[in-house]
Amino acid sequence: MTDIVTDKAGLLLQDVVIRHGERVLVALTQHVAPGEVLTVMGPSGAGKSTLLGFIGGFLDPVFDAEGRVIVDGDDITDAAPETRHAGLLFQDPLLFPHMSVAGNLMFALPADIRGHMPRMALVNEALRGVDLEGLGERDPETLSGGQKARVALARVLLSRPRMLLLDEPFSKLDQALRGQMRELVFAKARESRLPVLLVTHDPADAQAAGGTTITIEP
Amino acid sequence: MFRLTYLGPALAVLLLAGPVGFGLAGTVLPAFGISPGFGGGSFGLHYFRELFAQPALFCSITLSLTSGLASAVLSLLIVMLFTAAFAGTATFRRMQHLLGPLLSLPHAAAALAIAFLVAPSGMIMRLISPELTGWERPPDLLIVHDPLALSMIGALVAKEVPFLLLMTLAALPQAPVERVRQLTGALGYGRVAGFIHGAWPGIYRQIRLPVFAVIAFASSNVEVALILGPTQPQTLAARLVTWMSDPDLSQRYLASAGALLQLGVTGLAFAIWLGLERLCAALRNKAACGGLRMRRDRAVQVVSLTAMILAAGAIFAGLAALAVWSFAGLWQFPDFLPGSFTLRNWMKALPRVVEPLGTTLTIGVASAFIAAILSVLCFVHEDRTGKRAGRGGQALIYLPLIVPQVTFIFGLQFLLVASGWLATLPALLFAHLVFVMPYAYLCLKDPWRSFDRRYEQVAAGLGKSPMTTLFRIRLPMMLRPLLVLFAIGFSVSVGLYLPTVLIGAGRLTTITSEAVALASGGNRRIIGVYAFFQMLLPVAGFAIATLVPALIFRRFRGMQV
Repeated sequence: MTDIVTDKAGLLLQDVVIRHGERVLVALTQHVAPGEVLTVMGPSGAGKSTLLGFIGGFLDPVFDAEGRVIVDGDDITDAAPETRHAGLLFQDPLLFPHMSVAGNLMFALPADIRGHMPRMALVNEALRGVDLEGLGERDPETLSGGQKARVALARVLLSRPRMLLLDEPFSKLDQALRGQMRELVFAKARESRLPVLLVTHDPADAQAAGGTTITIEP
Repeated sequence: MFRLTYLGPALAVLLLAGPVGFGLAGTVLPAFGISPGFGGGSFGLHYFRELFAQPALFCSITLSLTSGLASAVLSLLIVMLFTAAFAGTATFRRMQHLLGPLLSLPHAAAALAIAFLVAPSGMIMRLISPELTGWERPPDLLIVHDPLALSMIGALVAKEVPFLLLMTLAALPQAPVERVRQLTGALGYGRVAGFIHGAWPGIYRQIRLPVFAVIAFASSNVEVALILGPTQPQTLAARLVTWMSDPDLSQRYLASAGALLQLGVTGLAFAIWLGLERLCAALRNKAACGGLRMRRDRAVQVVSLTAMILAAGAIFAGLAALAVWSFAGLWQFPDFLPGSFTLRNWMKALPRVVEPLGTTLTIGVASAFIAAILSVLCFVHEDRTGKRAGRGGQALIYLPLIVPQVTFIFGLQFLLVASGWLATLPALLFAHLVFVMPYAYLCLKDPWRSFDRRYEQVAAGLGKSPMTTLFRIRLPMMLRPLLVLFAIGFSVSVGLYLPTVLIGAGRLTTITSEAVALASGGNRRIIGVYAFFQMLLPVAGFAIATLVPALIFRRFRGMQV
C-alpha cells in the first residue's frame, strides 16, 4: 500500500483496521478526493458507523483501531475531535433545541470571524444557500423535517469542515425529500471541495453519490 | 482543566466514605473508653455494662427493631401490591402525581401532620365528637406516643410509601411489565399473581438498596420517634440522642456504647430482612410450582388502593390541620374549625423563625449546589473514561443512607469537638452534604446517561472544545434535570434533623430542628408556623425547578416536557 502519496489533497484512510476483540469489522485503504464521495455500504451492525467514529475521533473504547487518517496531508489520527474539523451529519438533524436556527448557525461559525454584523451576514447567507432565508429567528422544533435537515447541513458547512462524514443522513426523510436532500448535500460538498464519506444501507444513496462504493460484510 | 474531572469521583468517594468511616471510628473507640483528646474515659467494657444496666433497654431495642421492620414490610407490601394491581393504568399515574410532593416533605413534618390528625384533640376526634363519641373534652387516650409505636409506624409507612413507589417507578422501564402481564394472563394467572411471579423479582433487585435505606432509617430515626414514638421507654435512637446531648460528658461514653448497639440492632434488622427475602422467594416459588392462578384479586386492588389513599390522605389532611392551627385564634374542643382566625401566631413566631430560616436556606442551597457540581464532575469523568461505577460504587452511594445516621454522626461530632469545628456553618454544611450527595447523584444518573451523545459529537465536529460543549450544549440542555437535582438536594437538606442537632449543637438550628424541638412543648399554633415553612421550602424549590426552565426556554418547544 505504499503507492499512495500522503500529501494528496482530500481524505486518505491508510491501512485502517478496526477490531472488536478478535473480529475485524473494517479493513480498508482509500483515498477520497476533494468533492468526491466514498460510499460505505453494509447492513446495520457491520461497523460502518464505527468507521465514522474512528475518523471523527469518538471511537468507542471497546474497539481497537490502527491505521492513519490523513486530511490534505495532515495526519489527524491522534488529534482531539474538536481539532479534526470533521463535519458530521446524522440521520437525525440534532439541532440544538435550546438555540434558535440562527443561534445554531452562529454556534457553528468559527470564532475568528468577529463582530455581530459580519457573523449575522454569513449566517443569513448560509440560510439563503439552503433556501431558508428569513427563518433565522425560528425555534428549530417548529421546522419541518426537510427544513431541519437543511439547517443541519448549513450548520456543518458554516463550521469550515475539512471533510464531511455522513451517517445515513437521508434515511429518515420521506421519499420526495430524500432525492432533493441528496442532491443538495453532494452539490454543496462539490462546491466547497470537501471529501465526503457516506455510510448507508440504501443502494440509491450510493448511486446518487456517484463515487467509489465499498461494501462491508457483517 | 478538563483533566481535573477525576476530582469528581475522588471527592465524592471521600465525601461518602470519609464521614461514615471516621464517624464510626469516633463512635466505636469511646465506647471502649478510648478517646484521645477528651479524657475522662477508662479502657474496658464497663460502658457496655452500664449501657445494659439502663432501665428497659431491651424494650427500647425491641421497639426499634419491630417498628423498623414493620414499617419496611408494610410500605414495601403496599407499593408492591399497588404496582401489581395498577401499573400502566391512569390510577397509577394519578397516584404518582399525588405522592410526588410528599417525597420532598421532611419526615418531621409528616410526623407532625399525623400527630395533629390522630391526637385525642386532633382533627379526627373533632370530626366525630361529640356526635359519635359524646366527648366534650379530649379523651385521655395514648394515641400519640402509644406504647406499641403504632402511630410512629403509621407515619413512617406514610412517608416511605412515596419513596419506594418512586424508586419502583424508576425501575419499571427495565421490567417488561406489560409483556409479562399478557404472557401470564394468557396462562390464566391473575394480574397481581402474574406481576409478582414475572415482573417483581427484577424490580425488587433494583430497589433493594433503597429498601435497606428504609429499614436503616426506620429502625434508627430520631425525629419521628420523638414526635410520635413511645416515651416509656423511648426507642433506642431517641434515648441515644438524650445521652448524646447530656451536658455531663461521662454520658457520652454511654452514648457511644449505645450507638454501637444501634448499629447492631439495625444490622440485626438487615439480617432478619435477608431471611424474610428468602422466605418470600421460597413461598413464591412454591406458589409458582403449585400453579396457583389467583384470578380473583379484586380485593388486593381495593386494599392496595385504599392503603395508598390513606397514606397520602392522612399526611395531606394533617398538613392542612397544621396550616389551620397556625392561623387559629380560640379553638376549643370539639369544634372542627377555630372560632376565630388571627395573624398573631405568625407575628409572634416570625422574629424567631428568621435565624433558623436563614441557616436552613444557606445550608440547603449551598449543599445542593456543591452536590450538583460534584455529581456533574462524576458523570463528566464517567463519559470521558467510559468507565461506570461498578457494584461497589453503587453501594458506596447508598452508604450514608444505610449506616444509621445516629451511629456515625455522633462520632463525627466527637471529631469536630476535638478540632474546634463543632457548630460552625462549614461543619454543618459538610454534614448535610453527606446526605444530599447520594440523592443528587442518583437523581442525575438516568437523565445524564440517556442524553444523546451525538449532540456532543456534532459540537466537536463543529470545532468546539469539550469545555465549550459542556457549558454551551450539555448543561443548558440538561438544565431541567439539574434543577430537579437541586430541588431534591435542597429538600433533603431542609428535612435533615439529626445531623443538624448533633453538628449544630443547638447553636445552629434549622426550621426542622426547631419544629421537632417545639413538638414536645405542644404549642400547636407555633408548631403550625414552623411546619408551614417545612412544607413551603421544598415546594418552593420544586416550583423554581419547574418555572425557571419554562421561562428561559419558553421560545423553544424542544426544551419543554
